[in-house]
Amino acid sequence: VDIKIFIIVAVIKIALVAFLLLTGVAYMTWLERKVIGHMQNRWGPTRVGPFGLLQPLADGIKFILKEDMVPDKVHKVLYIMAPMLALIMSLISIAVIPFGETISVGGHDTALQITGVAQAHGTPPLDINIGLLIILGATSIGVYGIALAGWSSNSKYALLGSLRASAQMISYELALGLSLVGVLILSGTLSLRGIVDQQIHQPAWLGFLPHWYIFPQFIAFFVYLMAAYAETNRIPFDLPEAETELVAGYHTEYSAMKFAMFFMAEYVNMITVGCVATLLFFGGWHGPSFGPPLVRALLPVIWFSAKIFVFMFVYIWIRGTLPRFRYDQLMAFGWKFLLPIAIVNIIVTSLIVALGA
Amino acid sequence: MFHQILFIIFGAVCIAGAINLLVQRHPINSALSLVVVMGSLALIYLLLGAEFVAAVQVIVYAGAIMVLFVFTIMLLNAGAEERTRGSRIALLVGGPGVVVLVGMISWTIFTNDKQFGMVRIGSMVTSTDNTHGIANLLFRDFLLPFEITSVLVLIAIMGAVVLAGRRR
Repeated sequence: VDIKIFIIVAVIKIALVAFLLLTGVAYMTWLERKVIGHMQNRWGPTRVGPFGLLQPLADGIKFILKEDMVPDKVHKVLYIMAPMLALIMSLISIAVIPFGETISVGGHDTALQITGVAQAHGTPPLDINIGLLIILGATSIGVYGIALAGWSSNSKYALLGSLRASAQMISYELALGLSLVGVLILSGTLSLRGIVDQQIHQPAWLGFLPHWYIFPQFIAFFVYLMAAYAETNRIPFDLPEAETELVAGYHTEYSAMKFAMFFMAEYVNMITVGCVATLLFFGGWHGPSFGPPLVRALLPVIWFSAKIFVFMFVYIWIRGTLPRFRYDQLMAFGWKFLLPIAIVNIIVTSLIVALGA
Repeated sequence: MFHQILFIIFGAVCIAGAINLLVQRHPINSALSLVVVMGSLALIYLLLGAEFVAAVQVIVYAGAIMVLFVFTIMLLNAGAEERTRGSRIALLVGGPGVVVLVGMISWTIFTNDKQFGMVRIGSMVTSTDNTHGIANLLFRDFLLPFEITSVLVLIAIMGAVVLAGRRR
């Protein structure tokens, strides 16, 4: 591949994906307020634009124009670095996520993935073979953003929030990682594209169910979903920011754009969780294909987005339904319930695979 | 060419992080410098074509072990250390000692580079999968040492739990 064209294409892809992702994040907040509103017999935002559709834009302008305060007694370097770290680490994960096969734009083939390289016609694109590990690594570095935010703020609420957050995220990372091992045993690869290809190209379960790993691995899927909710600090595991006891938790002392960065990081992480669940358990961009060539080319991306949308909706749904866990319950649930189940799932899956081989 | 430039950048970041680790007075700054060192080491592994080792370096060292360090520093609320002026003996012996040591190591490397069989940066980056290679080594060729090591780690964990829980 010519290096100049490669760099130009990569920059275009990064800009496009980042733009779509951040727009998605903005409208995710709109959707959340709307859906939660309707669940609680309210309207949600209605004033700015039709159905309040321009509300995210207004929020964005407000975040940018508000005064950016830095409290007096903070550790300045870390205080400014923490929200950037949180946002950057959440955005890095998106780079390895494949959205579909190769597409051809103006005679130039490109893979629908930032880190994917298109091959000659007919062969699947190249993918990095540690895609899943990069996502797990970025998540584990993202803990620093939250931990340092709380510590550098020099405030008791923020510190308590960040201590809770680090303890919770370290604990649930184990269950999260182990719940994915079952799928990895079945697929035999760490490449996200490879995992999806396995699900698309193998014969259907029982003749009619698509070969998605949700069917043999549904226990692992639920463990993953619960651990992922804890990793993204969402209800019912939002103890790091528990507003009734800790004001706002780790971002108590943050304002304006720095606060918005934590907010965006949380929503980008939610989308990443949805992407990983879709790729590993729901066949990625797999779905019925029909229509003229243009529709046929775009359908995989639409299936992929639709599956992620379902996960985003479930996030909101659960927020509207469940109360918050108590802190000791949260820890006991992670260590005494999710972790053993994940380990048993690995043992059973590997036994079945070993006996079948 | 491209790989060499990246190697120089990350090598410089790695050394700068290591020096910063020693110079900083506050334990949390030192811990974060160590994270930078771990991260740039991971990128150097990646340049050498060891992508699995790079990922594990980030997940285990930078992501898990160093988070525990930072967590402990935050929990104990350790303040900035006082800076001593350092002993004169350390300065007199240590300074020349470092120069001699670095000189000896680089002299050895430069005179014997033929015998060492050096790895060129970027030459090992291929499309083949070395994750499978590591798995075959760990779980087939060296299964017994690997399992014995896991039992050893398990005993260490149990020992830590017993020692910590004895007072109750």
